[in-house]
Amino acid sequence: MKDLVGIKDISRQEIEEILDTAKAFKEVLQRDIKKVPTLRGRTAINLFFEPSTRTRTSFELAEKRLSLDVLNFSVSTSSVVKGETLYDTLKTIESYNVDYIVIRHSSSGAARFVADHTPASVINAGDGTNEHPTQALLDAFSILEVKGRLDGLKIAIVGDIIHSRVARSNLYLLSKFDTEIRFVGPPTLLPQDVPDNVKIFYDLKEGVKDSDVVMLLRIQLERQNAAFIPSLKEYFHLWGVKKDTFSYLKDDVIIMHPGPMNRGVEISTEVADSSRSIILKQVTNGIATRMAVIYLLTPKEA
Amino acid sequence: MYNLIILLQTHIMEKELLNEQEIERILMRITHEILEKNKGAENICLIGIVTGGVYLAERIRNKIKEAEGMDVPLGSLDISFYRDDINLAKKHRVIKPTNIPFSIDGKKVILVDDVFYTGRSTRAAMDALMDFGRPAEIQLAVLIDRGHRELPIMANYTGKFIPTSRNEKIKVYLKEISGKDSVVLIV
Amino acid sequence: MNIKIYNAYIIDPFTNKEGIANINIEDGIISEIQFKKKKSSALSPKPSSIEIDASGLYVFPGLIDMHTHLREPGYEYKETIRTGTLAAVRGGFTSVCCMANTNPANDNPEVTYYILAKTKEEGSCDVYPVGAITKGLKGEELSEMALLREAGCVAFSDDGMPVMNSLIMRRALEYSKAVCAPLISHCEDISLSEDGVMNEGRLSFYLGLKGIPKASEEVMVARDIILSKHFKAPLHIAHISTKGSVELIKRAKEEGVPITAETCPHYFTLTEEAVSGYNTNAKVNPPLRTEEDRQAIMEALSAGIIDVIATDHAPHHIDEKKVPFQQAANGISGLETAFCLSLRLVHNKVLSLRGLIEKFTVNPAKILNIKKAGIKKGAEADLIVVDLNKQWTVNKDRFASLGKNTPFDGWQIKGKVLVTLKGKKIFDMREE
Repeated sequence: MKDLVGIKDISRQEIEEILDTAKAFKEVLQRDIKKVPTLRGRTAINLFFEPSTRTRTSFELAEKRLSLDVLNFSVSTSSVVKGETLYDTLKTIESYNVDYIVIRHSSSGAARFVADHTPASVINAGDGTNEHPTQALLDAFSILEVKGRLDGLKIAIVGDIIHSRVARSNLYLLSKFDTEIRFVGPPTLLPQDVPDNVKIFYDLKEGVKDSDVVMLLRIQLERQNAAFIPSLKEYFHLWGVKKDTFSYLKDDVIIMHPGPMNRGVEISTEVADSSRSIILKQVTNGIATRMAVIYLLTPKEA
Repeated sequence: MYNLIILLQTHIMEKELLNEQEIERILMRITHEILEKNKGAENICLIGIVTGGVYLAERIRNKIKEAEGMDVPLGSLDISFYRDDINLAKKHRVIKPTNIPFSIDGKKVILVDDVFYTGRSTRAAMDALMDFGRPAEIQLAVLIDRGHRELPIMANYTGKFIPTSRNEKIKVYLKEISGKDSVVLIV
Repeated sequence: MNIKIYNAYIIDPFTNKEGIANINIEDGIISEIQFKKKKSSALSPKPSSIEIDASGLYVFPGLIDMHTHLREPGYEYKETIRTGTLAAVRGGFTSVCCMANTNPANDNPEVTYYILAKTKEEGSCDVYPVGAITKGLKGEELSEMALLREAGCVAFSDDGMPVMNSLIMRRALEYSKAVCAPLISHCEDISLSEDGVMNEGRLSFYLGLKGIPKASEEVMVARDIILSKHFKAPLHIAHISTKGSVELIKRAKEEGVPITAETCPHYFTLTEEAVSGYNTNAKVNPPLRTEEDRQAIMEALSAGIIDVIATDHAPHHIDEKKVPFQQAANGISGLETAFCLSLRLVHNKVLSLRGLIEKFTVNPAKILNIKKAGIKKGAEADLIVVDLNKQWTVNKDRFASLGKNTPFDGWQIKGKVLVTLKGKKIFDMREE
């Protein structure tokens, strides 16, 4: 497999392989010397056209732990500001002979575009509202760690789904396993037409009450200004997961969030800091999962 | 028709080199050699290279316990991330977790592997161990040495030396995995 | 306080009962109700404070007005909750929905609480507030509908204004599904209405007045139907006035689109001719239309295409109507005449009596999801006593409403609400 552009393109088997490999890398991350020489001498470039500290840092750490040489390219300092197209930027980078390109871009499909135009291995770190495959993989890894399986689980995804690439990648991944998926949120932020294996709920209680996993998505202030919701206050009132939500959640439910959280909007402080939240574990697992993805990809011989 | 014969031939060509009893005697001898060289079981630890080496290391540990009554620390090491043949049929080997639940600083580490061939696995294992700590000594125990070393590495304890040609293969079946103990030569 | 009503002909769509009965009410609760199978059945012998001989009279459940402007807070010089609800009960209405275009607008729960508190203090009937769809009725940002609902709003409307921006209307419709309360749409394309003051047509030309084309209403009715259909959200269309609107709604209902519709008595009683002489009391939005439209509205009521008759009670201060036509405020003070004018539909055989009552009771209750027990034992007394044959003359100076702006002043009407009972409150209009 040369690239990881989307969960849409990989099989259940390939996902399981990535998750198994991630487990081994997680052990490496617990050692004193958190580095392995396996990709020594190769080069990775992080091509981030959208600002992101968390994801970029996570990828950078993953790359360094694999002994890769790392280059960073972010939009404010780039030639894009001077009007260079994505294609030309790509060709320039190619002449540096990089082996791995991690790309985040605001256009859906940008990762596929880059993958098709370079022999390097391309990893999609988020393209528009299309996909964020490594997030879905680290989410799956995190669920597996606690629940031991993905098959047979009920997963509720709560929040701004139509704008979320995280929701989409998770939907595609979890649909490859035997799961029941719920989308919960205001009707204005849910898709008009959903695949058959997804149930829609406008009511938070109905949507999460017998879920094994509750994944919360960030709500941005822009949504209030663009009339998707009247106010963040009302959003929290109807769809925020808070203390009284616990009374109808399963006892062993796990609460997840891709970060960064808006406390008091999609999640209350008590819930964010409770033992059922695995939000911090997700961050740790992010590095191991990304190490596994980079490790398993094979660039084309130039 | 011609192809079918070849198929039958290759299927048949698994020649047993060591049986269960012979393997048992070899392990017994290796155990005592280890104890002799190290003057007992003080300060040694056994680390098996995944996959075959792990079970062999465990058996040696058990034999040391029987012989000297001592518990020797036991670990397992997956060397996938230290291999130098990264592009060659790499990543579709299943990676088992590395588990070394003790410090190797200042200890005599006895690496255990099932088949000793080019020496590259041993080199990778030694590099990995260096990342775990600073052992006082590293010794190598192998069940089978099939020759064809590509690096200047030797084993301290060898079960059996079996000269092979490059297109032959040695396979070690262990009870813990395959239900039987046997070393076979595959042509 | 004990009240007995004898020999009334009850028509109650809530309990689906019809027939002659005696009703006994004690302290605001119906303690006994006896439908007559045979001639004689006496009610309990307890002495009553009030006895109403309702022979030849009718008793209906208290009427519901889905569309009223109570003007408080902010416009108390036009009407207050006290005077408005008093006007309501005199007109036979025991429940009214007040629209959100107050000042401040009912776009946040504090205003809702205020309205409900005032009602409790000074109101004569139940008030069900309608919250605003957008903040300040500006059509830009959604109001906090869930919080408004929890405060007591039963529906949402920017009435007075349309939601011009289709995207905002879409979002509002979608969002309303999560809040489980319907939107009520004031269908008017402001750009087409411009500054029109009456129906656009031959008469507007003749009077030299700027007209509002029927297209202005119909374009928005069509748009709202399409949005309701695509996004599968219930929608109630307020005050329809044209034949074109009727046809659009008819087709939409045939397709199963979840819409309901209302009209007001002036649209089936008057035409644009009422404006002649620059009569500002006939200036209303949507404007009075042509005879063809009036006929279409009546047929639509008969065929069930229009579900509800509401008043769109729009009281104004006398100074706001005593100005040149162009400058006059839009609206008719209708609570005290609406039901009786509507009885003409029964007299003219457009609707059966039961059919008419439904348009004022079960139909609005169902749309708004308001639970009414009807006239039955154990329920709160919530009913009216009506004389279908009594002749009376409309006199605006005797209105309880502060708004005297009615084009029906001096009209002879057949049919009058004699008594309205709401809980322990009694409104006795028999001597008038």
